[in-house]
Amino acid sequence: MRLLNRSAGRLSRHRRGPVAGLLVILLGLLMAGGLFAAFSSSATAENSADGLTQSQKIEAGRKLFLLSCATCHGQNGEGVVAENGESNLGPSLVGVGAAAVHFQVETGRMPMAATGKQAPRKPAAFTEQETEYLAAYVASLAPGPAAPTKTDYDLDAVKGLSADEQRDAIVRGGKLFLTNCTACHNFEGSGGAMPWGRYAPPLKGVAKQHIYEAMLTGPQQMPVFSNNVLTPEDKRDIIAYIYSVNDKKQTPAYGGFGMKGLGPVAEGLMAWLVGIGGLVLFAYWIAAHTARTHKKEDA
Amino acid sequence: MTDNVAKSNGTTPAAVPASGLAAKGSAVVKWADDRLGLATSQKKMIRKVFPDHWTFMLGEIALWSFVVLLVTGVFLTLWFVPSMGEVQYQGSYDQLRGVEMSQAYASALDISFDVRGGLLLRQMHHWAAMIFIAAMLVHMMRVFVTGAFRKPREVNWLIGGVLILLGVVEGFAGYSLPDDLLSGTGLRIADGLIKSTPVVGTWMSFFMFDGEFPGEAIIPRLYVAHVLLVPGLILALVAAHMLLVVYHKHTQWAGPGRTEENVVGYPMMPVYAAKAGGFFFIVFGVTALMGGLLSINPIWKYGPYDPSKVTAGSQPDWYMGIAEGLLRIMPHWETHIFGTTWSWNVFLPGEVAPMILLGVMMMWPFLEAWVTGDKAEHHILDRPRNAPTRTAFLAAMMSVYGLLWAAGGNDLLATQFSLNMEWITRFMRVAVFVVPVLVFFIAKRWCIALQRHDSEKILHGYETGIIMRSPEGAYSERHLPISGEEAYRLTARARDNVVAAPVNGEVEAKGARAAKLRAKLSTWMFADNVQKPTAQELEEAHHHAEHEHELEAGLAHAADGHQFDGHHDVAGEELRH
Repeated sequence: MRLLNRSAGRLSRHRRGPVAGLLVILLGLLMAGGLFAAFSSSATAENSADGLTQSQKIEAGRKLFLLSCATCHGQNGEGVVAENGESNLGPSLVGVGAAAVHFQVETGRMPMAATGKQAPRKPAAFTEQETEYLAAYVASLAPGPAAPTKTDYDLDAVKGLSADEQRDAIVRGGKLFLTNCTACHNFEGSGGAMPWGRYAPPLKGVAKQHIYEAMLTGPQQMPVFSNNVLTPEDKRDIIAYIYSVNDKKQTPAYGGFGMKGLGPVAEGLMAWLVGIGGLVLFAYWIAAHTARTHKKEDA
Repeated sequence: MTDNVAKSNGTTPAAVPASGLAAKGSAVVKWADDRLGLATSQKKMIRKVFPDHWTFMLGEIALWSFVVLLVTGVFLTLWFVPSMGEVQYQGSYDQLRGVEMSQAYASALDISFDVRGGLLLRQMHHWAAMIFIAAMLVHMMRVFVTGAFRKPREVNWLIGGVLILLGVVEGFAGYSLPDDLLSGTGLRIADGLIKSTPVVGTWMSFFMFDGEFPGEAIIPRLYVAHVLLVPGLILALVAAHMLLVVYHKHTQWAGPGRTEENVVGYPMMPVYAAKAGGFFFIVFGVTALMGGLLSINPIWKYGPYDPSKVTAGSQPDWYMGIAEGLLRIMPHWETHIFGTTWSWNVFLPGEVAPMILLGVMMMWPFLEAWVTGDKAEHHILDRPRNAPTRTAFLAAMMSVYGLLWAAGGNDLLATQFSLNMEWITRFMRVAVFVVPVLVFFIAKRWCIALQRHDSEKILHGYETGIIMRSPEGAYSERHLPISGEEAYRLTARARDNVVAAPVNGEVEAKGARAAKLRAKLSTWMFADNVQKPTAQELEEAHHHAEHEHELEAGLAHAADGHQFDGHHDVAGEELRH
């Protein structure tokens, strides 16, 4: 303590000196600059690929947006209200965040090819880089959910989990999946019907990141499962469960051919086509081979 | 022909040459027979004759799949625990490890993953159940469309109907036992159906579930019904059904030598026993292949039942599909009287409509017998075309069934074919009334057209496909007479009798209204049918044909390759095959 007091006292003697103000300003500037560099480090790190600063990316994104999105979402992403004054041609994108852009654009849902009940999944129209610019622009409109990192959505990427912990996470994810997801997406994620031609799309073959972003942003018919409702760990475990059930390496098709996992209607169809259909053919075959009533001459 | 059959049915069994192994075998048989007396009692059975046709084996599919059900079912009872007691799953299916569930579900998972061959047997059991009910329906359709339900087989027809109903109940009970999310959802719907019964519904539901749904009693209760009560009833009725087949003797198709008094076919031993026994192994084999290769009811994916959860794609097994479809397309009709709710939206489609559909089918033999007034026994089958109204009625019922099943899968139709679920539902609401009528008329006209074609064949022979040119340059197709056997087959049926309406007197006679209705129905059923040609018509046609031949004759040479030009004897020609 004495040492500290003595050095503080020495420092204090210079507090009114001529260089003190200059030093403080210098220190402040260094701190501010350092903090900025620290906070925007990820941006600058990614910049290295294309050599663009964040503001340049936003500008590039704005140009793409004006070209491909503004017709429906408005020139500033404020949305376009239809003539009846009630429905939207395209909703406002203020505050949807980068996560929504990643999901909609990378799964090809946006830009829509045609208006309809629901934007279908299709090949993506933008490159990864263009998507990044668009996301940067939309995220700049207002704060919103950012794109998740790999450890957010991928249980395998989380380090330090034992095999048991990993299994328990999947079991937990299964419970959450059966509680929150199956009502629309079917028991193994085969998808399901919604009113008036809308649908909950199949989850098989969807990237883990996109499932996470869909839960986070609630695209189209889907409700938002914010991080208060399903924590990032919940989301990660649900994704792990979906993958564990559908990944043939982790879970073999125990019962055999699963008929797309559509449930009893497909099974019934199979019972008629293969079961009864096959057995009737066999009956026909048996009846067609009638008994010989006479022994063959040479037998 | 009848003489031949009679000769082959000897009164004494063929003598077995006593030598070596055969001698030992016969000694064993004699030992057994001296004590059990089976030979005498079974002598008649062994010589029992069954006619041969592939459609006569459809009921066998049902019988053999029932045997598969019994065998696999016994295996499953060794491990299944019919209890709703809570346990924590610790089996080898990782994704559910540590989840709280009922013992029923846990033991069903154990059968699937930890019992050797358990999943195969479980899947075989389920596939056999699906095939069992499907086979009963196919068999029923065959019996219906050939008129095999006519006197003296009406009672057996009713037994068959009860068997189908019991099969559906048995299947539903089995579907509900594993206590997974899907089976629990099914039970929830059953609970709703029961509760919709006016006045007594709620009481019945509480009685069945021993309190509020789901309670703890339903799984043990369903288990008793599934492994003891219903299978016992089915077994007893199957026995009665088959005893009646033996008693009535099997029906047969019309043909030379086949009358209402005899049965032409092969004896039980060895021919029919071999065929039927072999068919058992085929049914077993197909079921085993399906159980091994095709996934059915993957309960581990549904998770344990929890009344707060449901999954998209929740559907009953196919045989309950029509009830599901009826429920899905029913408009929301409810009445509230004095604080009570009358759920017509569930009661009508869930309880009334299926019973009406089954009831109409069951009552048809009696309706038909009343309209025709036919009291004779029938052992010769009708060809479907020769009963156009009956055949068309079945076709219409099949279309109702198919539409309702499709309506039950409206969500899957929507997702798989990119359709709008609401429009499917609206379409079905109209289609279940319109389509069967269309199907009825199309099927009926189709049958009548086929009858007309038969008459043409009888009167003018069959079309050879050979085009003749007359000396004047006119073209005509050569017809050749059909074989005597074929002509017999086509004409071996009675003419339909259209009942006339009673003449109106001043005072309405007692029962006049019924008689009028009967006349109307008779006209509806039979008036448009094409009757087989009379002997006179046949003679005229033949005379006409001879005359034509005379006209066509005259050319001194046969045209190249045209051996059917009427100048040559065609008795040995092969073309008719």
